[in-house]
Amino acid sequence: MKEMFLIIIGSAFVNNVVLSQFLGLCPFLGISKKTETAAGMGGAVIFVITISSFVASLIYQFILVPLNLTYLQTIVFILVIAALVQLLEMFLKKSIPSLYKGLGIYLPLITTNCAVLGVALNNVSDGYGVLKSTVNGFATAVGFLVAIVLMASIREKTENNDIPKAFQGFPITLITAGLMAISFFGFSGLI
Amino acid sequence: MKANTPAERLKNGILTENPTFVLMLGMCPTLAVTTSATNGIGMGLTTTVILAMSNLFISLLRNFIPDRVRMPSYIVVVASFVTIVQLLLQGYIPSLYDSLGIYIPLIVVNCIILGRAEAYASKNPPLASLFDGIGMGLGFTISITCIGAVRELLGAGQLFGYQVLPLADSAAGVAGYQPITIFILAPGAFFVLAMLAAILNKFKLGAAKRGIDPSQGCAGCAGCGNTACSGKGGSEA
Repeated sequence: MKEMFLIIIGSAFVNNVVLSQFLGLCPFLGISKKTETAAGMGGAVIFVITISSFVASLIYQFILVPLNLTYLQTIVFILVIAALVQLLEMFLKKSIPSLYKGLGIYLPLITTNCAVLGVALNNVSDGYGVLKSTVNGFATAVGFLVAIVLMASIREKTENNDIPKAFQGFPITLITAGLMAISFFGFSGLI
Repeated sequence: MKANTPAERLKNGILTENPTFVLMLGMCPTLAVTTSATNGIGMGLTTTVILAMSNLFISLLRNFIPDRVRMPSYIVVVASFVTIVQLLLQGYIPSLYDSLGIYIPLIVVNCIILGRAEAYASKNPPLASLFDGIGMGLGFTISITCIGAVRELLGAGQLFGYQVLPLADSAAGVAGYQPITIFILAPGAFFVLAMLAAILNKFKLGAAKRGIDPSQGCAGCAGCGNTACSGKGGSEA
């Protein structure tokens, strides 16, 4: 139990997926103009990463390892993730239309989110089993949600600020991200 | 210059459509592995090899891949080359393999590679696609090596692992450079890229004021990417 708790805190805050591992930067910088859309994206990422780390870990443990095919992990994982996102989209559209409405437009974008593949590869290199991989995937995605919602609320607050012309847009967003990364250093004492 | 010749493709990748500074693609490796100039070169050249090979193969296969399954096919081609390069690096350059770590397999989802496959290699002949890949890859390499050099110089006073600025030693009372460690850590990556992007914006604004359309005068913005780099080169010397 204690180990699970350490994985959760470690992945969600201390080694935050965006701010210290630089995974999933494209949606983090691109879809963080409004808090609501950021929360929607974060929710979709939690959904996909949790399920994909579970499936990827199952495939790794029960197919790739017994067959000595672990060197194929990159190809297998990326195809599994791409197929899974498509399946999830179709499944949600049919059976849970309300959730599909909320997450729908973000789902296709997630295939190109390197955090999904990154978590699957990290689970393997850290030697996590199926349960730990799923927990780690969930915690990492929570870290992404926290970071992107914080970023969006800061951007909403600073939208009308008087920013020098050259810094408007991309540069000021990066500086905000840098300051957030500094503040997330505060968590590093936790573990 | 005539379009689609090897030389034009190289110039396009390195200057006109520089993937990092002009197209702003592939941000994850740009920020993650640029803790030193050596890492930047390693990551850049690895990406260049994969980009050139996958561009060449996708261009050769462009008439055989059905339109509806082209994305998965591209991903399989790219992932195969990534796996080959990863195994080669593990075998022959283990130090680079260790320092790049998880970011080697993550080259698969680097948007530069799929972007070039979709935008260029799927429509153009093999030779031009090969050189397009090499040009884009070199543009990426130069950009991330510059970022890596700035971070390494400010964060450790080193360049390519050599101590360029003599470090201060307060115990011995030697005056020297006090490294700003934060530039090697995660926030430094954001700050350096923010500054470089702001410098680029400044040049673009200046060009717009002088009546040059910045979107058209791509040579202008590529040129300022250059001056930004040579400026750093000057401070290094």
